[in-house]
Amino acid sequence: MALDNSEIQRLVTEKFGDKTSGFEVVKDILTFTVTPDASKSLIQYLHEDSTLHFNFLTDLCGVHYPDNEPDKQFAVVYLLHNWFDNIRIRVKAFIPGDNPEIDSLDSLFSAANWMERETYDFYGIRFTGHPNLKRILNHDGMTVFPMRKEFPLEDQFRTDKDDRFFGREVNPNSVGRVE
Amino acid sequence: MLPDIFIKDTEHPFEKYIRENNLKNGKELSILNFGPTHPSTHGVFQNILLMDGEYILDADTTVGYIHRAFEKIAEQRTFYQITTLTDRLNYCSSPINNMCWWMTVEKALEVEVPKRAQYMRVIIMEIARITDHLICNGILGVDLGAYTPFLYVMEYRELAYEIFEEISGARLTTNMGRIGGFERDWSKAAWEKIDRFVTGFPKAWNELEKAFLRNRIFMDRTINVGAISAERAINYGFTGPNLRATGVDYDVRVAQPYSSYEDFDFEVPVGTSGDTYDRFCVRCGEVRESLKIIEQAIKNLPEGNYHADVPEYYLPPKEKVYTEMESLINHFKIVMGEYPVPVTEVYHSVEGSNGELGMYMITDGSRTPFRVHFRRPCFIYYQAFPEMIRGGLFSDAVATLSSINVIAGELDA
Repeated sequence: MALDNSEIQRLVTEKFGDKTSGFEVVKDILTFTVTPDASKSLIQYLHEDSTLHFNFLTDLCGVHYPDNEPDKQFAVVYLLHNWFDNIRIRVKAFIPGDNPEIDSLDSLFSAANWMERETYDFYGIRFTGHPNLKRILNHDGMTVFPMRKEFPLEDQFRTDKDDRFFGREVNPNSVGRVE
Repeated sequence: MLPDIFIKDTEHPFEKYIRENNLKNGKELSILNFGPTHPSTHGVFQNILLMDGEYILDADTTVGYIHRAFEKIAEQRTFYQITTLTDRLNYCSSPINNMCWWMTVEKALEVEVPKRAQYMRVIIMEIARITDHLICNGILGVDLGAYTPFLYVMEYRELAYEIFEEISGARLTTNMGRIGGFERDWSKAAWEKIDRFVTGFPKAWNELEKAFLRNRIFMDRTINVGAISAERAINYGFTGPNLRATGVDYDVRVAQPYSSYEDFDFEVPVGTSGDTYDRFCVRCGEVRESLKIIEQAIKNLPEGNYHADVPEYYLPPKEKVYTEMESLINHFKIVMGEYPVPVTEVYHSVEGSNGELGMYMITDGSRTPFRVHFRRPCFIYYQAFPEMIRGGLFSDAVATLSSINVIAGELDA
């Protein structure tokens, strides 16, 4: 039987219960949230289970939600792909802002090595167990994590690009933002 | 005095290794800086090599020399302003990046693209793939000392860039397309040039292929050089020709067809050993398949419009902008990014010329994306490079580097 989203949801909740939540299909990809302490064991399970068999880590990136509550300031988004049944899933783990830390996937996927370094470089999320967690794209001597939202790119006093002039609130209800 | 950051930890692990292990077993080890190379070759990247004579014991890759913070810049820009950033990812095949970006945006905005525009996209993406592969395979020859075959195909690379120019006005950083299709219908000259390309290119390509494929020197330099097994390649996140050279037939065009790729009949060439020679052969095969796809797309090009009918997102025609108030306002609103954007997140991937090029976008309903992440194939597979060259000769490392098709613009984003 080919694997489908409801089957994945059933297997994951069976094994991880309340550690996972928010199952939802967003633009053809099943998306759910996992608590950061279970993230590695969940992905290991997804990777090694013979039914689920997510053999490929397509993507890994960080997201900063400055308006979330303090323990959900950052998200690490994993995109996994099962080539046998040709199905993708997206797993998110929300982590606190003051001490962003999550288990490294380096032992499962060698591909995660640089992707985690990049995420660390941009967001300062530390991946525990990573063999070589240092900056990759930015200069080693940089003291900030530039993709965090508190660093505006352009002149922050510039007002002509302000969304309010177009009758909009600034950044309302971004996806994944927890009220 | 220099700040602390410049003086602490200056000893590289290799230096430490040499200090502790040099002249054991009578071996004199050394460190070689391979690069940063000149920007006009493959791009700028440095490899620090630990050498025993001419053999590589270990390598440390340094990337980020042309990091331009595209993901950060994209958070401040509207959709139309982000295409110019995608041009500069894999600059050898920028139309593929542009099309991937439009498809990502269209997926988020739920814009349906007419069949004709989809076929036109396929044509332009395949031409871009050919230009990328001919650069990669040609340069592989150049790096091994065979300059001439590269020049055989240069004429057609030039023609391909003329096609891009005819369609978008630019040659290298094309900034091609719009939400829902193309900015204008392709001119007669563009179609003529595409015809000329399709009829003339195979001959030039045969010449290049003939110069290398059964060439003893080329085979000696590439067979069993820089090989990687299929399991390691998958674990390292390889995609594209480099993965297919190991024997895995994963191709996004087949696995998750986009832009009507399901309508075309083509094969996915695979190799067996994952070495430099197989990568070369897979690219040769792909060029032929791309030509087949282009021919089919031209032959079966459907009637219809070259863009979707989405006035909220698609710029109105210039004549109207200059003469009508409403169109001027519409134009202004689109340029300023004032169009309805749903709150969603979307991942779309295409088969880029060196692997699965994916774009992940989170929108929050405002003019600009909340977060854009580019899954750049060569950033992910380049980390396998030390493993691929370890134990080999230095000159093999050069061949391996050329054959994995690392483009610095994409690597560093």
